[in-house]
Amino acid sequence: MASLALKDVHKSYGDTLVLDRVSLEVAARELIAFLGPSGSGKSTLLRIIAGLETADGGEVWLEGRRIDALPPGDRGVAMVFQHYALYPHMTVRENMAFGLRNAGVPKPEIDARIAQAAHVLEIEAQLEKKPGQMSGGQRQRVAIGRAIVKQPKLFLLDEPLSNLDAALRTRTRVELAQLRQRVDAALIMVTHDQAEAMTLADRMVVLNERRIQQVGTPMDIYARPANAFVARFVGSPAMTLAPATVMPGNDRFARVRLAGGAEVMTRVPRNGLVDGAPVSLGLRPEHVSLAPAEAATLQAEVILVERLGDRTFVYACLADGLEMIAQDIGSSAVRVGDRVGLRIDGDAAHLFEADGTGRHADAAT
Amino acid sequence: MKSGGAPRRLEGLAFVAPFLLLYGVVLIWPLLMGIGISFHRADLFGAREWIGLGNYATALADPVVHQAIGNTLLLALLIVPPLTALALLLALALNRATRGAAVFRGIFFSSSVLSVTIVTLIWRFILTPDAGLLAVAADALGREPLPFLSDQALVIPAIAITTIWWSLGFPIMLFLAGLQQVPADVYEAAALDRAGRWTTFRHITLPAIRRTLLLVVMLQTVGQLQLFGQAQLLTGGGPGGGSRTIVLAIFEVAFGRWELGYATALAEILFAMILVVTLLQYWLVTRREDAG
Ligand SMILES: Nc1ncnc2c1ncn2[C@@H]1O[C@H](COP(=O)(O)OP(=O)(O)OP(=O)(O)O)[C@@H](O)[C@H]1O
Ligand SMILES: [Mg+2]
Repeated sequence: MASLALKDVHKSYGDTLVLDRVSLEVAARELIAFLGPSGSGKSTLLRIIAGLETADGGEVWLEGRRIDALPPGDRGVAMVFQHYALYPHMTVRENMAFGLRNAGVPKPEIDARIAQAAHVLEIEAQLEKKPGQMSGGQRQRVAIGRAIVKQPKLFLLDEPLSNLDAALRTRTRVELAQLRQRVDAALIMVTHDQAEAMTLADRMVVLNERRIQQVGTPMDIYARPANAFVARFVGSPAMTLAPATVMPGNDRFARVRLAGGAEVMTRVPRNGLVDGAPVSLGLRPEHVSLAPAEAATLQAEVILVERLGDRTFVYACLADGLEMIAQDIGSSAVRVGDRVGLRIDGDAAHLFEADGTGRHADAAT
Repeated sequence: MKSGGAPRRLEGLAFVAPFLLLYGVVLIWPLLMGIGISFHRADLFGAREWIGLGNYATALADPVVHQAIGNTLLLALLIVPPLTALALLLALALNRATRGAAVFRGIFFSSSVLSVTIVTLIWRFILTPDAGLLAVAADALGREPLPFLSDQALVIPAIAITTIWWSLGFPIMLFLAGLQQVPADVYEAAALDRAGRWTTFRHITLPAIRRTLLLVVMLQTVGQLQLFGQAQLLTGGGPGGGSRTIVLAIFEVAFGRWELGYATALAEILFAMILVVTLLQYWLVTRREDAG
């Protein structure tokens, strides 16, 4: 049975539509990441589930119970806020006990739950401190602890790691991954950070322009982006989309011609593609490599070199002005201004139709 | 690190010196002089005769002073708690970003802009038994109009209500400023923690505005213990001294009877009273803060 189900949820602020008929099912104990650019409605959707915002229409179900008309406290969800939202005048212990007391949980039970959560989160020594006396990372744990003790059916986290420094973020990410093994609940987190989403989530929900663009496992979304937006948004550096036209032919797979004249044989099935139709050829950096002139598909000039140590991203400009990103070895000797040959791995290329719909290399063969 | 202890301190002093000087000349010096004068039999024309604590002894035995102190304390008690509670309630109601709330904030603040003269005029209009607003209303209901300004038992509450109406704006503003310090997500967290209205107020709002609350109570206490204009203009302290406040008594002694020494002694007594009451309030609140 689905843990959480959203059915046709929509929401506008005044005249601005923010969410347009969003539907989603989350399985029990699943970790879902909402990923999308700023303003795409991630927080709004999360807050609608929590009851902090009311949807204009649609239904929200949690474990077989319709919850969209219930007040936030009665929904069986717990939320971790981006800025923690701890009660500044209460100690850590009181912060965690507050919700339980309001719910009428007996005192010994409250103490037991707090002790348990404090142990797991290693904040036992801080229980009598106030939030103001703690570091950002510690506050984060308290915020998570306050959610855990409620034993909710669903955890909601709005950019839980965005306020932490890089080192702490990586550590907390690992801890979140461990934490979810221990709790018997589904978990939805909002994030800007695709690395966070890719590493933690069972499935990702990519939002843009008021809608869910794609729902799928991280690998699924990376390898088979549903449309041009998802293709460009997920993956770093972004996928290159090169304008191209479908060449006529009888092959099983589509052959396309780039604007500059070069031809690329893909493994995207032909059927459904119209001869001569304009498409975009989608290429991830790892599918474009530097090659000697005779083996190259294209000639280009290097405009930027990004050295990451283990590999190098080469930003190159084609004769017709198109920018393409290639990946080279870490010790690459290329420099800005060099003329290089680019070799395209057509087997891994994607095609996007004029309306953005993605088509991918046939996985079966 | 470069340490410039002494020169830096001198530099700082140079910045505050002009203010300190002014403060000393117009505040500290008269205060000390006042204490000096209170030990004399003195009039406004320069006659001075040392009588030690004579003025204070007179004050302790003076029934007029007793009555004035009683009136003043009663007024403070009738004004400060209801005023604080009312201002807090209104601030809670007006603490939202709607247009209506903004309009009401303006309306409530507008009374504070008026001078005491206008305020008493308005309230005289409302309170006078022959043609006042309340009298007309009582008449319409077929009741006898109450003599608010000439009945010993009614005059203090009448002044208290006038003062509350006049003083409401500023505490509301202070409370609104305090309330705006509480981040919205804390209230959202409380909603998810099943906190009802009262629990939220008691455990989230109140602790957050505790300092503001203390400030309002202290400012109002200091202000209302010095209540003067309303009493002077509404009733002149009457009937039978029933609404004479300490400052009004000081005023009468100094500018009616020209007894400057006695008047300054009364002023010192009032000063001590204010100091004790406000320090007590401060101690009561901050002590609990340290404990909790
Ligand atoms: N209270 C509000 N009133 C009016 N518009 C709002 C309100 N809250 C959000 N919006 C609008 O709704 C849209 C979605 O906002 P939301 O906060 O859900 O985005 P988000 O995806 O969480 O963005 P971010 O990544 O920046 O947090 C935005 O265009 C925003 O301007
Ligand atoms: Mg957001």
